[in-house]
Amino acid sequence: MSTILELQDVKTHFPVQKGFFRRVNAGSVRAVDGVSFKLERGEVLGLVGESGCGKSTLARTIMHLVPPTDGAVILNGKNLSAATGAELRASRRDLQMVFQDPYASLNPRMTVYGTLSEPLLAHRICPASEVPERVARLMRIVGLAPRFVQKYPHEFSGGQRQRIAIARALALEPKLIVADEPVSALDVSIQAQILNLLAELTRTMNLSLIFIAHDLSVVKHISDRVAVMYLGKIVELGRAEEVIDRPVHPYTRALVSAIPTPDPDRESTRQRIVLAGDPPSPINPPPGCAFHPRCLYAQDRCREIVPPLAPFAGRDVACIRAGEI
Amino acid sequence: MPVPPPVPLLQVSDLRTYFHTRSGVYRAVDGVSFEVAAGETLGIVGESGSGKSVTCYSIMGLVPSPPGKIESGTARFDGVDLLHCTPAQARSIRGKRVAMIFQDPMTSLNPYLRIGDQLIEPLVIHGGVAKAEARRRGIAMLEAVGINEADKRLRQYPHEFSGGMRQRVMIAMALITEPELLIADEPTTALDVTVQAQILELIRRMQKARNMAVIFITHDLAVVSGLCDRVQVMYGGRILETGTTRDLFYRPLHPYTRALQKSIPAIQPKGAELYTIAGLPPDLSKPLPGCPFAPRCEFAVERCRAEPVTLVPAEPGHYHACLRVAAGEL
Repeated sequence: MSTILELQDVKTHFPVQKGFFRRVNAGSVRAVDGVSFKLERGEVLGLVGESGCGKSTLARTIMHLVPPTDGAVILNGKNLSAATGAELRASRRDLQMVFQDPYASLNPRMTVYGTLSEPLLAHRICPASEVPERVARLMRIVGLAPRFVQKYPHEFSGGQRQRIAIARALALEPKLIVADEPVSALDVSIQAQILNLLAELTRTMNLSLIFIAHDLSVVKHISDRVAVMYLGKIVELGRAEEVIDRPVHPYTRALVSAIPTPDPDRESTRQRIVLAGDPPSPINPPPGCAFHPRCLYAQDRCREIVPPLAPFAGRDVACIRAGEI
Repeated sequence: MPVPPPVPLLQVSDLRTYFHTRSGVYRAVDGVSFEVAAGETLGIVGESGSGKSVTCYSIMGLVPSPPGKIESGTARFDGVDLLHCTPAQARSIRGKRVAMIFQDPMTSLNPYLRIGDQLIEPLVIHGGVAKAEARRRGIAMLEAVGINEADKRLRQYPHEFSGGMRQRVMIAMALITEPELLIADEPTTALDVTVQAQILELIRRMQKARNMAVIFITHDLAVVSGLCDRVQVMYGGRILETGTTRDLFYRPLHPYTRALQKSIPAIQPKGAELYTIAGLPPDLSKPLPGCPFAPRCEFAVERCRAEPVTLVPAEPGHYHACLRVAAGEL
């Protein structure tokens, strides 16, 4: 396997300004605050965390919809953060995104044909005469009948729209797709269809996928590896079964224990860790480990030392007490 | 298994709520009957468009009319039919003895009013409580749902609260009149799992403390499993199966319930292909003489599409609406 994507200490900060007449900088929102990982060809990485933890900003940073404040995003050996506009445009062929809400991410005034042919024409993928054939093929890949090609998004259901969005992402034959909560807006029975489709595509097209979701059971099902984010940092990263079935970081443990399971007997007996409070503000994160104010195991040194992501029990964990708890 | 007492707190029978639109009549709820006893939690599970929310909106008198119209049925709460009583009778029950919380805490609070004013409004209106007393009870209620510095929080506006906090405020607002029945319409769907766990814990605790009945509407089977005594599965405006939570999870009978369970990633082995239900939910503007699930059901036969569905008992307290299961064919 070869590395398709590498993140080196990526930081994305947004300035916060105060004052109406005289704008002054009042610190910054550290949405992504030092994230590093590697992704192999054909690998599925699940990215989980609560809202506000920076997972969507990380996705946008990888896509360079938001430029990183610091660090490097390296796609196929090329540092996108240092690339020129033209180089970045060329790299976008290899890098595509699927968004959460298929009602908002498709242009309501474009037919399926318009939506799917636009990337083909913009990047001059094939001669214009071959475009209809390509569009039909894309539709078949995602399980839509090519006869719907002249229909508009409002004529489709949520699941079908998400298929169109996936087809659009596949049009340029990318090497990496970033999917930001692609099934959260869908019903259970439709969600299963989209998950099966994504799993099949990564297998058959050797596609890498960054799959962002807040539903851990969905992430576990589809991912090879899982990264858990808290307040802009990865706190645990490892194989999906390891991280979700045997979590080490106190935050991952709480997250796993918070997911309800569809099993009444287990639900009535199992111990729940109910985290108190909300995540702290990323403008003014707590010193030391950002999780310490909500952590059951926090000690004095947790308030001082920023824990590095270090190997432990077959995965990477950012907790200085990983071996003790 | 909890045996419902002879007179249930809420008894809905043969409820039909249709929406008359230009493109046809949508039978959102089409013949739904159920009961809830005091202190019991009933889960209503279904996908979007199954009629689970409209059922509860009908009980609460929140169906916009026109286009909505309650065509038939009764909803007896403590003997009073909420669908046919006088407005004054309805007012004395809705919002006071029956309260509701909604999915989206971001849009269900008035952004222009202080939390305190919204929170005590039901008390002032329904309870005839003086403002100072209502304020005192508001503070106690906010503390009960786990909001610190309640005194200060009362003077704040909704935008100063996080999503989880707003849902706590919504729950506090619903519970402040000490209702006997709480209807919760997907109260945790918009929230993070950690916050969802907090809110579910809160509902559980409040229910125990007050022996309150709860109707919990959700599309998430997993949420239901740890919370509800009984569950009913809705599809296409009808109830397809109802029983105790254990019945439904361990002995699902209706093909739709079984299919729904098989499509949840949590129960399936990792990497295995998930079971999918082919096709789409039914178009409710077209008449559906038979079982609403028949067009997507892998076991459907000719008579499934023709004969009307009725709930039949399989064992005490466990009902389903499948002809073929009833005939012992599945």
